[in-house]
Amino acid sequence: MTPQDQVVDIDALETEFQERIDAEKKIEPKDWMPEAYRRTLIRQISQHAHSEVVGQLPEGNWITRAPSLRRKAILLAKVQDEAGHGLYLYSAAETLGSSREQMVDDLHAGKAKYSSIFNYPTLSWADIPAIGWLVDGAAIVNQVALCRTSYGPYSRAMIRVCKEESFHARQGFEGMLALARGNEAQKKMCQDAINRYWWPALMMFGPSDADSPNSAQSMKWKIKRFSNDELRQKFVDQTVPQIEYLGMEVPDADCKWNEERGHYDIGEMPWEEFFAVIKGHGPCNHERLQARQKAHDEGNWVREAALAYQKKQADKKQSVA
Amino acid sequence: MSELTQQDALFTYTLRLADNALILGHRLSEWCGHGPFLEEDIGVINTALDLLGRCRMLYSYAGEVEGKGRDEDDLAYHRDEREFTNYLLMEQPKGDFAYTTIRQFYADVWNLHFYTELCNSKDETLAAIAKKVVKECRYHFRHNAEWVKRLGDGTEESIQRMNDAIAEASRFVNEMFEMDDVDQMMVDAGIGVDLNEVKAKWIASVDEVFAEATLQRPEPEYDRSGGRLGLHTEQLGFLLAEMQYVQRCHPGLQW
Repeated sequence: MTPQDQVVDIDALETEFQERIDAEKKIEPKDWMPEAYRRTLIRQISQHAHSEVVGQLPEGNWITRAPSLRRKAILLAKVQDEAGHGLYLYSAAETLGSSREQMVDDLHAGKAKYSSIFNYPTLSWADIPAIGWLVDGAAIVNQVALCRTSYGPYSRAMIRVCKEESFHARQGFEGMLALARGNEAQKKMCQDAINRYWWPALMMFGPSDADSPNSAQSMKWKIKRFSNDELRQKFVDQTVPQIEYLGMEVPDADCKWNEERGHYDIGEMPWEEFFAVIKGHGPCNHERLQARQKAHDEGNWVREAALAYQKKQADKKQSVA
Repeated sequence: MSELTQQDALFTYTLRLADNALILGHRLSEWCGHGPFLEEDIGVINTALDLLGRCRMLYSYAGEVEGKGRDEDDLAYHRDEREFTNYLLMEQPKGDFAYTTIRQFYADVWNLHFYTELCNSKDETLAAIAKKVVKECRYHFRHNAEWVKRLGDGTEESIQRMNDAIAEASRFVNEMFEMDDVDQMMVDAGIGVDLNEVKAKWIASVDEVFAEATLQRPEPEYDRSGGRLGLHTEQLGFLLAEMQYVQRCHPGLQW
């Protein structure tokens, strides 16, 4: 085959690939795919997996201090779910030829990103239900869209994740409602958590469409099905009435219902903060990575011992046989 | 001192079991997000959740037996160090993964044999709780026995860490088999479990797993005791301060 033939072949494969996408057929691990599609997916899925794992930290911060045994059990179960999501998202990324070890190394080296929301600290108990409700709520809006994403294993992982996330969001809202109906201290805690998590939650949808460099290609490949701004709007529209139901305030003086558009308008997002957190300069970026690295380093001897034991057992079996 | 009634004894007996589950589960939950790898993070949280569920059933029942209107949260969050009755082993800091594994394994073996016997209790509620709990205990025992073997027969470092952990935990072991008036009254009434029998089974199970793990079970130079009288190590106060602080700052509220 001459190099010329190869170019032609790839063109043909790419056309066929795009036709499959346009026909809403799922791409499976053994199918041919453009290298850039594979790289985009590895980046996105591993980021998602890292987010689940790093996301254990801010919530885990309150497990030992949960104010009732019932809330403690709910929180523990939620964090366990997140770890489980991390596990099956890593597996989905592995179907694209990336190893978990490599992905984890990239996270620790600061090469791979995770959701910026987890770089904010959990400072009071109210932050826990607020995260369940706002952060999982925003994640669901993103992930419901991803249930129809073009890559089969990712789409199937999302369907499962969404079921559990919507459970978390409901539990989170119920926890906020308990605070909103409580005494002055609880109400204050509740409003303060909303104030601190409102903008970071909106920023979970990424930069505005005008500043989102990877979006167009991802939309064409149907990895993404809706734009960042469309998804953000959907979240705002569903969440503002919930804040009102709680009797709390939206921390945005410009947030108003726009009759003409049939949507809520919001004020200018704090983009400077958004890009600072992405760059690693958020309140907890340093601590989150440090904690992950420490857990990994301190687990080295455990993983080594497990492998050594496995080898010894295999050798024993062999010598018996 | 007034005479111990059977109802007092049943309350104390149930409360002790609940305290052990709560405090051990608390220590285990400290690993959440910090485990040696993701699968084990999930495993540890799972066991912590089982222990938490167990303490909730036991506290609720203890509150009922006591009859003073205290619920699970009153008992977990509004008692001081001197009123907690868990064994000292349960409150020790989580240490490294070797210490967590050994402590958990010792507790698992105790729980397995204890709750297996408690299934025959004449107290219907305790028997019903035990029947639920014993299924988890079997699973915890299997899971941790595997870890004891892996780490005990793994690398030079893991073997050293396991031996250090065993040495560190050994002085707290015999407390788990002490019998006092409450135990005796419960055994006599056909409600409780004879801890001498649990001890014999505990030693046999631990030795069996240790033999496979190429580990030795040392006889402690001396025993520490007192948890059931509320005479704890200095560790428990910090644990409770952390665990109880929201409830204590804002008492009497719904969360």
